[in-house]
Amino acid sequence: MTQMDTESPAVARGTSDPVIEMRGISIAFGGVPALDDVDLRLFPGEVHALMGENGAGKSTMIKALTGVYSIDSGTVVLDGEEQQFSSPAASQAAGISTVYQEINLVPNLTVAENMLLGREPRRRGGIDFKAMNRQAAASLERLGISVDPASELGSHPIAVQQLVAIARGVDVDARVLILDEPTSSLDADEVEMLFSVMRTLRDHGVAIVFVSHFLDQVFEISDRMTVLRNGRLVGEVLTEETTQLEVVRMMIGHELAALERLESASGAGVDRSARPVLKALGLGRKGSLEATDLDVYEGEVVGIAGLLGSGRTELARLLFGADTADHGSLQVEDDRSHLRSPRHAIQRKLAFSSENRRAEGVIEDLTLADNMLLALQARRGWMRPIPAAMRTRLVRQYIEALDIRPPDPNALMRNLSGGNQQKVLLARWLITEPQVLILDEPTRGIDIGAKAQIQQLVADLAQQGVAVVFISAELEEVLRLSDRVVVMRDREKVAERLNDDLTVADVLEIIAGSARQEEPSDA
Amino acid sequence: MPETLTPERQEATASHAGAGPAARLAARLSGSTLVWPVLALAALVVVNLVVHPDFLSVRVQDGDLYGNVIDILRNAAPVLLIGLGMTLVIATRGIDLSVGAVAAIAGAVACVSITGSSHESALSTAVVASSLALATCIALGLWNGFLVAVLGIQPIIATLVLMTAGRGIAMLITGGQITLVHNTHFDFLSSGFVLALPFAILLALALFAITGLLARRTALGMLIEAVGINPEASRLAGVRARTILWTVYAFSGLCAGLAGLMISANTSAADANNNGLWIELDAILAVVIGGTSLAGGRFSLVGTLVGALFIQTLKTTINVIGIPSEMNYLFKAIAVVAVCLLQSPKARALLTVRRRARVGTKAVAA
Amino acid sequence: MTTADPLAPAVAGSAWDRLRGFAPPSRFLPVITTFALLVGMFGAGAVRYPGFSDPQVVLNLFIDNSFLIVLAVGMTFVILTGGIDLSVGSVVALSTVVAARTMEAGWPPLVSCVLVILIGCTLGLLMGLAIHYFDVQPFIATLAGLFFARGLCFLLAGRPLPIHNKSFSGFAEASISLPGGYYTTWAVVIALLIVAVAAFVLHRTLVGRTVYAIGGNETSALLMGLPVARVKVGVYVVSGLCSALAGLLFSLYMLSGYSLHAVGMELDAIAAVVIGGTLLTGGRGFVVGSVLGVLVLGTIQTFISFDGTLSSWWTKIAIGVLLLAFVVVQRLVVRRQP
Repeated sequence: MTQMDTESPAVARGTSDPVIEMRGISIAFGGVPALDDVDLRLFPGEVHALMGENGAGKSTMIKALTGVYSIDSGTVVLDGEEQQFSSPAASQAAGISTVYQEINLVPNLTVAENMLLGREPRRRGGIDFKAMNRQAAASLERLGISVDPASELGSHPIAVQQLVAIARGVDVDARVLILDEPTSSLDADEVEMLFSVMRTLRDHGVAIVFVSHFLDQVFEISDRMTVLRNGRLVGEVLTEETTQLEVVRMMIGHELAALERLESASGAGVDRSARPVLKALGLGRKGSLEATDLDVYEGEVVGIAGLLGSGRTELARLLFGADTADHGSLQVEDDRSHLRSPRHAIQRKLAFSSENRRAEGVIEDLTLADNMLLALQARRGWMRPIPAAMRTRLVRQYIEALDIRPPDPNALMRNLSGGNQQKVLLARWLITEPQVLILDEPTRGIDIGAKAQIQQLVADLAQQGVAVVFISAELEEVLRLSDRVVVMRDREKVAERLNDDLTVADVLEIIAGSARQEEPSDA
Repeated sequence: MPETLTPERQEATASHAGAGPAARLAARLSGSTLVWPVLALAALVVVNLVVHPDFLSVRVQDGDLYGNVIDILRNAAPVLLIGLGMTLVIATRGIDLSVGAVAAIAGAVACVSITGSSHESALSTAVVASSLALATCIALGLWNGFLVAVLGIQPIIATLVLMTAGRGIAMLITGGQITLVHNTHFDFLSSGFVLALPFAILLALALFAITGLLARRTALGMLIEAVGINPEASRLAGVRARTILWTVYAFSGLCAGLAGLMISANTSAADANNNGLWIELDAILAVVIGGTSLAGGRFSLVGTLVGALFIQTLKTTINVIGIPSEMNYLFKAIAVVAVCLLQSPKARALLTVRRRARVGTKAVAA
Repeated sequence: MTTADPLAPAVAGSAWDRLRGFAPPSRFLPVITTFALLVGMFGAGAVRYPGFSDPQVVLNLFIDNSFLIVLAVGMTFVILTGGIDLSVGSVVALSTVVAARTMEAGWPPLVSCVLVILIGCTLGLLMGLAIHYFDVQPFIATLAGLFFARGLCFLLAGRPLPIHNKSFSGFAEASISLPGGYYTTWAVVIALLIVAVAAFVLHRTLVGRTVYAIGGNETSALLMGLPVARVKVGVYVVSGLCSALAGLLFSLYMLSGYSLHAVGMELDAIAAVVIGGTLLTGGRGFVVGSVLGVLVLGTIQTFISFDGTLSSWWTKIAIGVLLLAFVVVQRLVVRRQP
């Protein structure tokens, strides 16, 4: 950051020529368009927020700019000259520094190496580790991170690793700094520290691209926004001339109406005087979840709200036996035995759809039909294959019921879109006729139509008497579907409310806790 | 061989049920990964025919069949057997390097048991010895399965342990000697004839058929593939991944044991150092040539059959043409390179269109 | 992978504590274990057998295993990136054959050596290119290399070729006197030089750190702008180079070239690297560990030759057991990490 003279931000912002201009960018993967004719302008000395829902094309746009993906059509103009970045190294050489969403560092190297490799100080033909650690310590200190630069990166918690990734990004003498979801695991103080560094860089004329799903943060730090939806450009606006509601509308669009058609579940039919189908007592696991109680009744949707890392996913995994609890007990109907494994849970008519569809759900190289029947087949054991007639009937029935495209049982799972993959996974569990269905982020990263269908399905299942545990980062969705809402914070259950007239603002307040965060906003 | 053993065939049959046999065959071939290995095998046969026009001729002697083709079939039996086990192991994303050593142990156990028996040439002695050897091999397979499934050690290194120690164990059993046996019933495993055909190849084909039926007529094949493609997703769907891993490694041990018995029956001796030497590489080669990816997942048993025949035909061809037999290493290397490049999506793309993502699939996934 | 505590508070203090109490030992623990094992074996040998404690026994260990040390160095590079190289034994054999053949034809030894090294590097380069650019798995690509090099050996020489070149055999037989009446050979000096260079490259250069980075997370290394392609191909060239050098040292040791030399030596090299504490999944390990691994293997053999009553097959069984022990321990260590 040994930058030149300080320009007044007001002069720099918007009045000079853009440092980067991307025009008409289109990219398709295997015929499916990810970006369709998208523009993006970056001016020196501004923070530019790239907005959009999951799957809108933000990450693709960034990877197009940094040379990770090659562009099908469109141009990238840097300082008035057309550029073709063939690799991340090439874009780095052109002064574009990137902190990717996934922490792209190497856990088995030291903190200093992770920050400085590629431009490491040298002495007598080798790396000068002393100077390297000194340099790293200096830039870490600027970000207020106290970490020994000589320690191994992998030995630190994720939040620290994210800070180190940011430190690497801002440490370069970059003209463009791209931060893709840099704050997802930072606490409020760390976010403030990051923002002050961003402001300093901006005032030195660096163009910063900021991607975040925290609207408050975006409105606090950004000067201008570009909004994407389904791979298309919706518009470019100045932050001071817009409102959060307006931006959300741009991100979600008219399709918002489609979601609202779903009638809010009333929960009138839930009988809580009966025995709960699933009862957790003091269920917990060291380092991931404090002792938690939870009752789930027949025909009820229990929503679980909380931030990433609040313990919501951990709770779901313990309920299903995907991780083993080290204290507490879990009672399924009358059976109090410990869940030893997912297999054991399935025998007790539990079902769990993981938030990580790709790594923990889909079997990419098997067919749609095999994927759909996997859980049932696993329960029957390999000796008793599902008879062909039953197989055909089940697969056809669920393809139709869930409107899965393409409706071809022999289609390879990898060729399906995210939404359709998710439907197949839901079908996988519905076929086992579960009593309790645990859904962790079932609507993440899928298109709006499929999302509405899945929400409708959850409501219908509850009507039929299935108990559903529904986890989502989107509070609106949780509130719309749930009869009861459980709020998690810091790996602990902090509240449990009937969903009578609960609002997003109420839940946000509970999530934010006492004075931990800025005032809650309702969009 | 049974007609519907590979997934390609099943799918093709399903989607072209109404079409004529010729159309069905064409559709099957065009979509099949078997095209290249079969073509390669055919090319080898053609080369042989050019050099020796009577290459394919089979003569009858004492009611049994003899000829190059019969020799190839007989000699391909051990590699085919081990290849069957290896195919299933590889489908689970594993590999079994220990099969050569296990084969040597099988021979050692059987031969020592036979020589130690009071009726060295009796049928019962041969049966008991072979059973003992096979039981040992299944136990060794279970050991590999334990390391992989329970301790979670990488298959390549888990089986390297037994690959290294195995020959030492075989020598321990034979006392470091080449143990000769005199038991015609035991020799029958390698040189016997049943229905005019060599017993060895019949045995291998029988196991091939059983494996095929087990894999495709039960759900075993699908579950193996599921575990191989995505172990964690399979676990969460309730698949008994551990049991499946134990099963395939035990099966691989059994196959290696059978092959080991054949090899040592062939020379009527247990040579702990040289029996089954490098057969693991040939078996892996057969699997890879047959189109099963080392990355796990979809497998083709028919492909492995073709691969095993290809390797054996290659050896024979080299003899027929009159090149020193050691040269087959060179040709094997060329075959591996050719097959790998044909299967590599990038190499294919290079021939056709420009690549999409430069970073490759990992980055796209992220 | 979900991590245990993404929002762990109190970053500063805990980081310091963990570093102080935990980090450095964990990184060096495997190497320290191997070293302790080696010392223990020597202790046991010295107690049991007269003459085992003679320093010349240690020196002989180096003399008899100089080629394996060099081989293990190359293998360490490859394994650190998460790859494997099965071709090294065959390349050693090919090197001895090429050296013997060319010297038989009257080439000066130096020119022969250059040719051998060129061949080794070229084979490594080809395998590296196939692995990186065509996504062929290292196991299969180097398996092809194994067959190819062995095939070339038979093509060049079907029988053992003795090396009669005066200066070559003179160099092989020359011993370096050390104080106290002990001696060593030039091969040992060369091997140790190679170890030193390798250690320097791995720990003090960008290329070396990139080797570790690829083993840690290849995609990240690429996004960090590190020279991934060059290094990933490069490690196979290094392994080819080391195999060629090991082949030359083996020629010095055997004074012959033969297509059946060094059969299965790739397994010894892999075993040495694993016993030396390098993770087969890549990213963790040290060249020094591999050298210690070779010495452990050598010591087992020394043990058996000193004993006289133990049969040779115990070597193989002992190596297998050691491999098992190290792999299981490593597995447990990896499991404990976040």
